[in-house]
Amino acid sequence: MTRTEFVYVTYIAATQQRIWDAIVRPEFTRQYWGHENLSDWKPGSRWEHRPAEGGPAKLVGQVIESLPPRRLVITWADPSDTGADPSRVTFELEPIEDMVKLTVTHDRLVPGSDMQRGIENGWPRVLSSLKSFLETGKPLPTWAPAKH
Amino acid sequence: MDAVFKALADPGRRRLLDRLFAEGGLTLRQLCEPMGMSRQAVAQHLGVLEKANLVSTVWRGREKHHYLNPVPIHEIYDRWVMKFERRGLKALYQLKKRLEGEAYD
Repeated sequence: MTRTEFVYVTYIAATQQRIWDAIVRPEFTRQYWGHENLSDWKPGSRWEHRPAEGGPAKLVGQVIESLPPRRLVITWADPSDTGADPSRVTFELEPIEDMVKLTVTHDRLVPGSDMQRGIENGWPRVLSSLKSFLETGKPLPTWAPAKH
Repeated sequence: MDAVFKALADPGRRRLLDRLFAEGGLTLRQLCEPMGMSRQAVAQHLGVLEKANLVSTVWRGREKHHYLNPVPIHEIYDRWVMKFERRGLKALYQLKKRLEGEAYD
């Protein structure tokens, strides 16, 4: 099956460790992402993405590779999609001068799937909110409903 | 942010972004085909887009693949659009749409 991928990049004025913590620690993710990322982040462990206000996990997966604070690879699936070949997300954190280049590669997506549409809409908002959260202390209204 | 506005100010570069929106992971050669621009012009535009972080790239072997990176556009939206939108830009946009008979989208 043909799979598709997306590569998102943002430059953040923060240390690798702060950005890493902002991705893997629920007390931070809930502030700019509206969700908690829960895991011990060890290879082979399960991770979950749960709404900050409670309720069942929206995304689940497995930690494939974890090299703090430089590289994290996880699978990424809808919890109801059991058995399906999951998509994969790679976070890479590279210091460049006084900033860190954060690259999020989301691959192995099924073209035209709800998951693809969801992540295309989601990653730019999440990464822009993460940058704002780390640089100014203020997250953006990431998950505010779109007004039309 | 200046780099983003400058990069977006050129119609050829906006066409390249549209092309990458439709299909990610294209090489320079693949991007040249339907553009009606010289290879050199496309390469130059891609350089400007990459510098503005509107295009992200991945090397696979000797091939460089290009992806649309809309994160800086979202930052502009948050900073320069959403804030003002709440105060009536929406009403203006709807008026414009009505006057133009829905032709403009």
